Amino acid sequence: MGKIWSLLFLLVLIGGVGCFLVAPSYNLTLPQDVSSHGHAIDHLYVFILVLTGVVFVATQAVFFWFLWKYDAANNREPVKYTHGSHTLEIVWTIIPAATLLFIALYQMNAWASSKMRMPNILPTVEVSARQFEWRLRYPGPDQILGTRDDLFHVNDLHIPVNEEILIDLKSQDVLHSFFLPNLRVKQDAVPGMKIPVWFKATETGSYDIVCAELCGWGHYKMKGRLVVQSRQDYDRWLQEMYKAQAQTASPPASEEDN
Amino acid sequence: MSSVTVGSHGHGDSKSGHGKHDHGHSAAHGHADAHGHGHAAGFISTYVFSKDHKVIGIQFLFSTLIWFLVGGLLALAVRWQLAWPWSNVPLLEHLYTAEGGQMAPETYTMLFTMHATVMIFLVIIPILAGAFGNYLIPLMIGADDMAFPTLNMLSYWFMWPAFFFFGGSFFTAGHGASSGWTSYPTLSSSPAAAPGSGTAQTMWLMGLTFVGVSSMMGSVNYMTTIIQMRAPGMSMFRMPLTIWSMFITAVLQAFALPVLTAAGFMQLMDRLWGTGFFTPEGSIINNTMHTAGGGQTLLWQHLFWFYSHPAVYIMILPAMGMVSDIIAVFARKPIFGYKPMVYSIAGIAGLGFIVWGHHMFVSGMNPMLGMTFMVSTMMIALPSAIKVFNWIGTLWGGHIQFATPMLFALSFVSMFIIGGLSGIFMAATPVDIFIHDTYFIVAHFHYVLFSGTAMGVFGAIYFWYPKMFGRMMNEGLGKIHFATTFILLNLVFFPMHVLGAVGFPRRLADPYHYDTFRFLKPLNQFMTICALLLVTVQVVFIFNFFYSMFFGKTAGRNPWRSNTLEWQTPSPPGHGNFDFQPVVYRGPYEYGSPEVSTDFYPQTQEPPPGVSNPPAHGH
Repeated sequence: MGKIWSLLFLLVLIGGVGCFLVAPSYNLTLPQDVSSHGHAIDHLYVFILVLTGVVFVATQAVFFWFLWKYDAANNREPVKYTHGSHTLEIVWTIIPAATLLFIALYQMNAWASSKMRMPNILPTVEVSARQFEWRLRYPGPDQILGTRDDLFHVNDLHIPVNEEILIDLKSQDVLHSFFLPNLRVKQDAVPGMKIPVWFKATETGSYDIVCAELCGWGHYKMKGRLVVQSRQDYDRWLQEMYKAQAQTASPPASEEDN
Repeated sequence: MSSVTVGSHGHGDSKSGHGKHDHGHSAAHGHADAHGHGHAAGFISTYVFSKDHKVIGIQFLFSTLIWFLVGGLLALAVRWQLAWPWSNVPLLEHLYTAEGGQMAPETYTMLFTMHATVMIFLVIIPILAGAFGNYLIPLMIGADDMAFPTLNMLSYWFMWPAFFFFGGSFFTAGHGASSGWTSYPTLSSSPAAAPGSGTAQTMWLMGLTFVGVSSMMGSVNYMTTIIQMRAPGMSMFRMPLTIWSMFITAVLQAFALPVLTAAGFMQLMDRLWGTGFFTPEGSIINNTMHTAGGGQTLLWQHLFWFYSHPAVYIMILPAMGMVSDIIAVFARKPIFGYKPMVYSIAGIAGLGFIVWGHHMFVSGMNPMLGMTFMVSTMMIALPSAIKVFNWIGTLWGGHIQFATPMLFALSFVSMFIIGGLSGIFMAATPVDIFIHDTYFIVAHFHYVLFSGTAMGVFGAIYFWYPKMFGRMMNEGLGKIHFATTFILLNLVFFPMHVLGAVGFPRRLADPYHYDTFRFLKPLNQFMTICALLLVTVQVVFIFNFFYSMFFGKTAGRNPWRSNTLEWQTPSPPGHGNFDFQPVVYRGPYEYGSPEVSTDFYPQTQEPPPGVSNPPAHGH
């Protein structure tokens, strides 16, 4: 019976590796990346996947082998009466410690460029989350947010391609999280805080904006759309929106709250 | 209860332990007499308001197993919605008549909130510390009861208000708290924010407070008992790893819990008396203006995780300890690296206090701070790795017996490797940007808490059941239970990793209207079917549990040929535990020792003449 149980544990190794090998052919892997910084994140993900994969295979294989070999039903040798090995303890402390420290240092640059090195530009748009929509506020012709010529819009975020985008992220009520899966961007929107979010989209197209922090019963449907356009199309879109807003008689209600 | 006749066995290091024990012993002995009168008084004081640690432990065990079933059924309702969103929920249809038999989205948020709440606060924490901590600590250190038996009884009965508050919240507006088990303000603190943020959330906070009070009482008791009431000769480094892990867990509880309790009261005040600890200026939530401002929502997250991250270790360390003991018994071999095992438990506990910020990498916390939390989080993987290597080292060269408790303990090790390695992805801050709040996280903590802790707990139940009830559980049924649970849990939880890699978010009632996630529905349906089967096969366990209580094979004192003290008592042990005064001569893992002809060498067995007694743990 011991052999059968050992093989059951071997299935963990085979299944685990198999799952990650087969998954990409069913598209079960990181979604398409259309950002300038995303490759650093994806690289780290793959790097850690390979590293942990090696450790996983090694430990599970040894685990299986010991179960197989030292099954009481077959093992005729006397039990190895030992309380441990100082040398081994040192080895399997130092090596993982060095590896973990290396991973820690290796990732710092990617983190810093995603969250710490804010570009020195004016905000492209203010995104203000509320139950259950994304309220957008573009600066208008004067390029300054918070003035009377601001452009208001909801859920449909247009940005120019290949340009650094800076978003002022706010929340009007509860926590939300601004998640762009295809741009490897995620940042909670926190009531009472204005949090800068920056990225550069590298391909035109339409992508999901997902709310990734529980924000109430309608959390699942707090969906927005990110439209990445050429500079030309983007400018044209802005003009049209601006014209449409000017034609409406009453100023939008959201102008009062900043 | 035999009188204390240990003087003749006295040896070098046991002198101080002996003195301390005398003190604790006489105190507990006095109590035992008092309790004896209670016993004569009747059923209520013996089985209901009992002060006997064994009865209290079994009370905790029964209560938590019932809640385990409730939590599992809540999970199935969550899984149903993820597989077939907005379809009629079988059996629950009549509850949702207003929605035509479908589940409402707010019900979905309630379900995952209460699933996590029940599993964490009413199952895992109390089953480890409350059930096994209570049952095992006095038995394994050779004491006749806990240091404070009345406090111990109260620690159980203070769970009942918690049961009432959590259970009762299902019958209030919103059918239960629904702002996640983390209860982040302002969703949780503003009654206008969600249907479940009204009375249900107040009851949730009250329930949490009572769980905290109960845990704190237990924690004080465990620390005192372990420090003061060890049998003569039971030095700290002769304690089984179960006791070490329970001890360190109790220390963790004692230091972390006050913070959560305080934070809970702050949120209660925000809700009931209009303070503004967590509400900033000018919030307008669901058209309701909150006048008091000046608060910070992130403050809650810091306070909450300052407790709840150490709580993650509170939820795994005792299982690690119990698994270590089980593995040594069924490998018939000393545990590999006893002291490194102890130090790594302590290391996990110590580092556990400085990693809470890794739950907040994308919360808006200063990213510089995120970097320091990232380094400490990376480092906490180290003691966990050391433990895994030592478990594997224990298997090396053993005589492995694949009994049911061992199978569950082995699966703990195998699954903990997965849960530990997936943690490294999240510790890496840039990767966490993408996988935060996705199913990758869900996969990670289910591998640690279900595939790890819960499997460890199953192993512990099969292992100590003969001691608790005097009869063995059925091996055949146990193995069927193990094999099916082990295969199905992997089919449920392993695919969550790849879902997370796609970015599939947690807590969405219907994720499939997003283009990015639409194609993930068939995989989710497969996982839900496996989850339904996973809960169904637990029937085998429930049947075995109750059947064996009456018809199982009688166990005898030491059915597993184990060394530790609890196996030297009658099964089940009577009031006062030991029918002799235990004296400890050696560490708990002397299997295959050349000193004796048997392959085990109980801690209480006197060494043969001429063999010198090692001063502490023998190496």
